[in-house]
Parts: sequence; structure tokens; C-alpha cells
Amino acid sequence: MYKIKIILLLVALFVVINASLFIGKYPISLHQYWLLFQNTFSATPVDFDQYETIRNIIKEIRLPRIVLALLIGASLAVAGSAFQAIFVNPLVSPGVLGVLSGASFGAALGILLGVSWFWINIFTFTFGFIAVSIALVISLIYAKRSDSMIMLVLGGIISSSLFGALLSIVKYTADPDDKLPAITYWLMGSLSYGDFNMIGWVATPMILGILGIISLSKYLNALSMGDEEAKALGVNIVAIKLSIIFLATLISALSVVMAGIIGWVGLIIPHITRMIFGAENTKVVFASALIGALFLLSVDSMARVLFSFEVPIGILTALIGIPIFIIALHNANRSIR
Amino acid sequence: MILEAKNISFSYGKKEVLKGVDFYLKDGDILSLLGKNGCGKTTLLKILLGICKSSGEIKLYGKDLKSYSRKDIAKLIAYIPQVHKIPFDYTVFDVVLMGRLPHIGLFSKYSQEDKDIALNSLKRVGMESFTQKIYSKISGGERQLVFIARAIAQDAKIIFMDEPINGLDYGNQIKFLKLLKDFQKEGYTFLKTTHYPDHALYASNRITMIKDGSIFKDGLLEELNEKSIEALYGVDVEIIQKNGYKFCIPTF
Repeated sequence: MYKIKIILLLVALFVVINASLFIGKYPISLHQYWLLFQNTFSATPVDFDQYETIRNIIKEIRLPRIVLALLIGASLAVAGSAFQAIFVNPLVSPGVLGVLSGASFGAALGILLGVSWFWINIFTFTFGFIAVSIALVISLIYAKRSDSMIMLVLGGIISSSLFGALLSIVKYTADPDDKLPAITYWLMGSLSYGDFNMIGWVATPMILGILGIISLSKYLNALSMGDEEAKALGVNIVAIKLSIIFLATLISALSVVMAGIIGWVGLIIPHITRMIFGAENTKVVFASALIGALFLLSVDSMARVLFSFEVPIGILTALIGIPIFIIALHNANRSIR
Repeated sequence: MILEAKNISFSYGKKEVLKGVDFYLKDGDILSLLGKNGCGKTTLLKILLGICKSSGEIKLYGKDLKSYSRKDIAKLIAYIPQVHKIPFDYTVFDVVLMGRLPHIGLFSKYSQEDKDIALNSLKRVGMESFTQKIYSKISGGERQLVFIARAIAQDAKIIFMDEPINGLDYGNQIKFLKLLKDFQKEGYTFLKTTHYPDHALYASNRITMIKDGSIFKDGLLEELNEKSIEALYGVDVEIIQKNGYKFCIPTF
């Protein structure tokens, strides 16, 4: 049953990837698309009407964007699944330790200072990690006195609020005609910045991060039973949790570097995955990567074609995510009781 | 002597919970740990399991407990915590399979053999029909059996249980205690905390009583008598004997 569901998901992914390559503002006929598809795999390409234009649109514009959507969707979903298990709380998301707030502040600071895109990316990534480190340090101070996971969540809240406030300072001081809109639009999230040069840099660490969490996913079931039980089952909880937090922070921060803030994916996809695959985390983490990729790519394709203007992806994931989350919450509520 | 602890002391902040406790467990024991609420029974269990740090010396099979890795301890001692709720809908099988975690490598997956062991463990406790049921939706008694199955799957011959009888209906309590005796014959050793002298009388061969952070009584079942129970709980009881079993009844 599990394998059949995975195969169905892969088929769905294949269909949506092709649909997403095919549809868009620039009309491409099925025939042209088919010829291009053949050309890609043949040694002697056939030339046809507007071949160059269509090839460029698909390979240079649509394909990188699709790759980005797949990578980010998978990353956020995997990070969310892992966090929900280690925090023993189905309502946490990848941002719980402050990585998204920190990264947002980093990016906004970079835009404010007017540094190059390369440095903006470095700022984004670095401040994502700084925010999580602050959350960890706060939790460590009180770890001996209290439940460590609650302290970690509190550390995350403190860190998120801190960088939220710092972000407000940056926005307040930013030039309202020029830099403030840039920051605001950037924070809404978009997959349109993607090009293969940039993807080449981040794809490897993102894929490694996803695979790393998948390979540690067998510990998540035990960790979600609570620290003491996990220890009694032989799990080195500090090492495993820190590894998962590091990997999740890495892939979440890189997703912000690539596309700004895309909310809800990391919160709702794990719920949807559990509805389909059950709660066992080796299945959930792996399958949530596929479902997250499928979800973000589908939503981004809608963002590109539904309206005459492009809706920022962060807005659309929220608008689509909220109703799904209400249903998921209903289920979560049932199982908590 | 498979487990031996000497001079165990532990405090929560300024509050001294255990003051120089000596404790031992022999192969094949069913040992009941008795004491008032908050006397440190659970804490002692966690200390002996190595998940709670304390002063003193603990030897597991003659070797210092600190020299074992977490994984190695898990292969020798299984822990059945007090009934708790989890917010995820794991199946009974998922929970039992966790018992195989200490036996697999960092990057390896559960093998077919692990899955067979988990299934067989469920059969041993008569729970095979529950395999695909949702753990969080079964009754307290059924959960205890699932945890026993997990402990068997874990392949640890020493099993620690924290108030395993709590929340079980009368029938399940008796069945559960009977199960312990059956497993004792197969070479398992149990250390359990309990609030009920009756259960200790029925299903254990040794008792340890903790009072004010120290060992108050330690020894065979004879130590569990009118005098010691009165001293421990401050209530008058009478121990009566019938059909070879002892019962403890309160005298009002």
C-alpha cells in the first residue's frame, strides 16, 4: 500500500512538472512541447517555428523555477515533519526556532545596506542560523531546571520576537520609495528569482539536508514519545536532536535565501502526509518531501497563470493553506484528546 | 547480582529526594518498589536506568553503568513509563517496532527480521489482533501490554515499570500480574514501582520500601507486613492468608 501511494505521488509529480513546464503566460502548443521534449533527448534536434524562444522560456525560465519549487516545497515539508516529531507537537512549523525571522531580518538588512545579491544571500543564511543559535542558548540556560522542549520553544519565541523587532527597525529606517517596497515584496516570497546559477549553489546542500533528515527519521518516533523514553530506547537524544535542528535550519534558511518567506508549507504538509500515510515518521518524512514538492509546485503554477498579475507565492500558500489547516487542526485536536 | 547501586543520592534543586540509597536486583527477581507519593520511586528507577544523573555507584552486570553507551543499556534494560498521551496516531506495531531501535545502526533501516520480531512480541502478549490499531485509541490495559511487547522486542531481559497497574481495570490488573509471573519463568527480571501492597504480595518475590529518601525495608515478602505497611503509609492493616496467597486489608 505504501509503495503504491509513493508511486502515485511520483506519477502526480511527473504530471504536474510537465503541466507546469507547458502552461504559462507565453502560449506553447502541445505539438511544440512534444517536439521540444523529443529534441531534448535526440542527437539531431529538429528545428521548428519559434524553437529558440520556446526552448529558452522552458529551459531558462520555467525549468529553474520548477526545480526551485520542488526543492523548497520538499525542504519546508521535511523540516516541518521533523520538528513536529521532536517537539512532540503537531502544531509547530520550521520557523519555531526563529530561523525564518532571523533570515528575514538578514535579507532586509542586506537590502537596506544596498549590498550585492550575493551578500544579501549570505546575510539571510547567517542570520537564520544566528536566530536558531540564540533559541538554543536560551533553552540551554534553563535546560536543567525545566522541561527542555518547552524551554526550546520559548527560546524560539524569544528569538523570533527579537528578530521581528529588528526587522521592524530596518523597515522603519528604509527608504519608503525604494527599499521598503523591495523588502516588503521580498518578504512575501517569490520563486521568480531562481536561475540555474543560483540553484547550482544551493541544490546540493538542500538535497543533502533533506536526505540527512530522512536518514535520521527512524529516531523521530522514539523522540516523539518524550526525552526519557527515547533515552531508554537507546537514542542519544542530544546528538540526534541537534543534528536534526541543524539540518532543518540549513534547508529552511536556504529556502528563504532562494525565495523569501513561504509560510504554511512546513505546517500543513506534515498533517496531510499523516492523513495519507499514517503517523510513522520514516514514511511521513520521506512522503512529506514528495507532497511538499507537489504542493508548492502546484500552488506556484497557479500563482503564475490564474491572474493577470503574479500573486506572491507566500500569499497564495497562506490562502490555500489556511482552509487545509483548519481541517488538519480538527484531526489533530481529536488525537490530542 | 545483575544490578547493584551503592550510596545513591539525588536532589531536585535544594530538595533532597534520595539520601544514600543502596539497592540491588537479582536475576529473576520481580521486585516491587513501594513508598508514598513523591518519595523518589520513579527517580530511583530513572537513576538505575542511567537517564537521570545522581551521585553514587551503579553496576550493571558488574560493570560501571557509566561505561555503557545508551544503546548498550537499552539492549539490557527496557523501560515502561507511566501511561502517557502522545499527539500522533502511531499504530501499535509502530510502537513495538521502536523496541528494535537499539539493535540497528545509525543509518540503517528496520529489517524484515526486526518487523518479524515485533510481530512475534505482540503475539507473546496476545495482542497480535491489535497490530494495526492506533496506539493512542486503545485502553490503558492494552497499552501496557503493547509496552511489554516493545520490551520483549527490545530483547532486554531486565524490565523496569513505573506504576504499570495504574489505570487498569480489575481484570486487567490481575491478568497483567499473572503475565509478569509467566515472563519471570522465562528468565525476565522485573523492577516495578507500585502503590498497592496487594500487588506486591501477589506478584513479587522481593520488596524494597523507600521512606524519607532512604531504604526503609529491603528483602523478601515477609518484610511486607502489618508493621512495615503501617510505618510506611500510616494506616492500620491486617495481612491474611488464603490458598497460599497473602492479602492486605485495611482495619478501620
